[in-house]
Amino acid sequence: MNFSKLEELGQKEKARQQQYENRIFCCTSTACLSAGAGQTLTALEQGVAACDCHDFEAEVVQTGCMGLCSRGPLVRVEAQEEEPVLYGDVTPDIAQQIVAQYVPLNPSDDGLDLDDDGAISPHDILHFRASLRKAGRKKGLDRRIIPMEIPFFSKQVRVVLSETGQVNPDSLEDYLAHGGYKGLAQVLGEMTPEEVCDEILRSGLRGRGGAGFPTGLKWNLVRQEESSRKFVIVNGDEGDPGAYMDRTVMEDDPHRVLEGMIICAYAVGASYGYFYIRGEYPIAIRRIRRAIRMAKRRRILGKSVMGTDFSFDADIRIGAGAFVCGEETALIHSVEGQRGMPRIRPPYPSTSGLWEAPTVINNVETLASVPSIIRGGADWYAGIGTDKSKGTKVFALAGQLRNTGLIEVPMGITLGEIVYEIGGGVPGDREFKAAQTGGPSGGCIPNTYLDSPIDYESLTKLGSIMGSGGLVIVDDSTGMPDFARFFMDFCVDESCGKCVPCRVGTVQIRQMLDKLLAGEGKEEDLEHLERLCKLVKDTSLCGLGQSAPNPVLSTLKYFRHEYEALIPAE
Amino acid sequence: MPPEQSTKKKAEEHPSGDDRYLAIDRTMKLFAHESDALLEVLNTAQEAFGYLSEDLLIYVSRHLKVPLSRVYGVATFYHMFTFSPLGEHNCIICAGTACHVKGSDQISQALAEEFGIGTGETTPDGLFSLTMARCLGTCGLAPVVVFDGEVSGRATPEAVVKRALAIVTLAKERALLEAEAV
Repeated sequence: MNFSKLEELGQKEKARQQQYENRIFCCTSTACLSAGAGQTLTALEQGVAACDCHDFEAEVVQTGCMGLCSRGPLVRVEAQEEEPVLYGDVTPDIAQQIVAQYVPLNPSDDGLDLDDDGAISPHDILHFRASLRKAGRKKGLDRRIIPMEIPFFSKQVRVVLSETGQVNPDSLEDYLAHGGYKGLAQVLGEMTPEEVCDEILRSGLRGRGGAGFPTGLKWNLVRQEESSRKFVIVNGDEGDPGAYMDRTVMEDDPHRVLEGMIICAYAVGASYGYFYIRGEYPIAIRRIRRAIRMAKRRRILGKSVMGTDFSFDADIRIGAGAFVCGEETALIHSVEGQRGMPRIRPPYPSTSGLWEAPTVINNVETLASVPSIIRGGADWYAGIGTDKSKGTKVFALAGQLRNTGLIEVPMGITLGEIVYEIGGGVPGDREFKAAQTGGPSGGCIPNTYLDSPIDYESLTKLGSIMGSGGLVIVDDSTGMPDFARFFMDFCVDESCGKCVPCRVGTVQIRQMLDKLLAGEGKEEDLEHLERLCKLVKDTSLCGLGQSAPNPVLSTLKYFRHEYEALIPAE
Repeated sequence: MPPEQSTKKKAEEHPSGDDRYLAIDRTMKLFAHESDALLEVLNTAQEAFGYLSEDLLIYVSRHLKVPLSRVYGVATFYHMFTFSPLGEHNCIICAGTACHVKGSDQISQALAEEFGIGTGETTPDGLFSLTMARCLGTCGLAPVVVFDGEVSGRATPEAVVKRALAIVTLAKERALLEAEAV
């Protein structure tokens, strides 16, 4: 199907949506579901169905993450000619009240005058609803309203997440109605593969999986390889504890990832691609699978994509739980059905990857940024962020904060802005102590660096890394040596065992931490610990081992007194 | 002709008559019995049986023509594969960073004390098992536990132990009733 026909589908869907006077969006992402969004959704649907109203009075739509997970279940109502209203902590009870406010059961029962011919004038209905809403707000429903002006929302710049929470993830038409696949059409119709690589390079997009390699450069390397077969792999093996950005994007806007993947395939000349998704993400797997099926049906995937002579097909591979598979060579082995162990690079996957063919491996978030860059232009994207780190970054904000959830911020925002404005500060009378970025591969940033900007270079300088985007805030109730031990425990478990520094070193580090925590440490142990950490960092084969000591090193650097306090006085 | 079809289908079935093997066969067929399919086949097997028994590993090894040592090597490498059956009821405790910071340790400790089992173990009567997940990605609601597939957030040790006891007591009563009925 060519793009003009697809656009028509989108327009039709848009027209269908505009018929509704009220559209009630219920978040059904994992966080809200575990807060009870399932019952909320049923209550909304039953409420609307029970109304004595005409067909286009209200529609209940399931969407993805609206961001403020700590206030789930979230419901947003978009009434015609009114600003959208967001409700938090929506229990089934509250859901019924919301429905009653927007879609009154039977206006004539509520003291509205009928016209001579027995009908209610539209003006009266509008007026009636407005008064109901006012009354409802007084009744306490307004306490559930989350103002959209709070810094949690106003400080964010949504590019990758621009449609999550707005679009129905199971509907290709809805994605089209939001301008979806326009980027792909533009690429196929007007640009050569070389131009696409250049555009991405100019935008300054860097790998969002953690290492920050310029995406355009990576694509160009694969594009220049001469090979009859090339592959694209979407890395959706998000293993960091405390990080769920990729899952959210795959679950809530699967077509965006798919569009980015197809654009990438066109740019590098690949004819086949794989989504590598963690087995722990069944909903993401289901939604991506459905997106692939729908795209195939509309000829966006398969032979002659959108009626051009470019062909590309995609499939899913399910990961079985191994953190090391986030490393690209390990991931390739896993897709090939082997133990997911990394190998020495070079050769890099761009020359010899999946089944020895040139392969691009990009993180979910990286590819999800691509459609927006093509639609908005490289200059627009490069205008966001800092000099060396451009664009936006999605973070999973968690830990001891008032507002936790998924946020997308421009690069270069300061840590303080995230903690105190977006996160709303630490609850209770506790104090902010440190921010942990990059999961088990990252480090802790203490409160003295609240003014430090969040970008690739600054974080590396502080001894942490950007990582895939987990951002865990700890308050002064958390002991840092114990926190570091937690991450080391993770690394011991996840070390694949191939190289000695990582396999043996991580266990040794953990033993030393255990000894310290048990109060049996000696003065010189800290020095040993530091030396061992540096050794593991310098000599490990892959990123897992090289970054495993980061949590220990960074806490030793900033919270050394806590380690020293564990050593008993002679 | 229906009768013929049924005999043909029978021939493909596993000698044990267990139709869960059909799911595994289907996946293997989808990948034309290529050895690359190993991980996908093991995923299917884990899903169908709940754990990978020795018989299953041998079955997969034979049909994909992959050495048993490699099948075992791959299966033991990944965390999602288990080699012994889970209890009738299962409680997963998230041990992700956010949950750790908010005290998931105390929850697993409380459960371990109550039931006398560690994480990854099952009570001797096979009714209850305790497992740990690295991160469930619901960090906004930390600490998170999952009872039989149902996620609940902002858990406390007391509430979780109470819930677990209720589940196990119910299961015991049901088992008793069934025994009486027999």
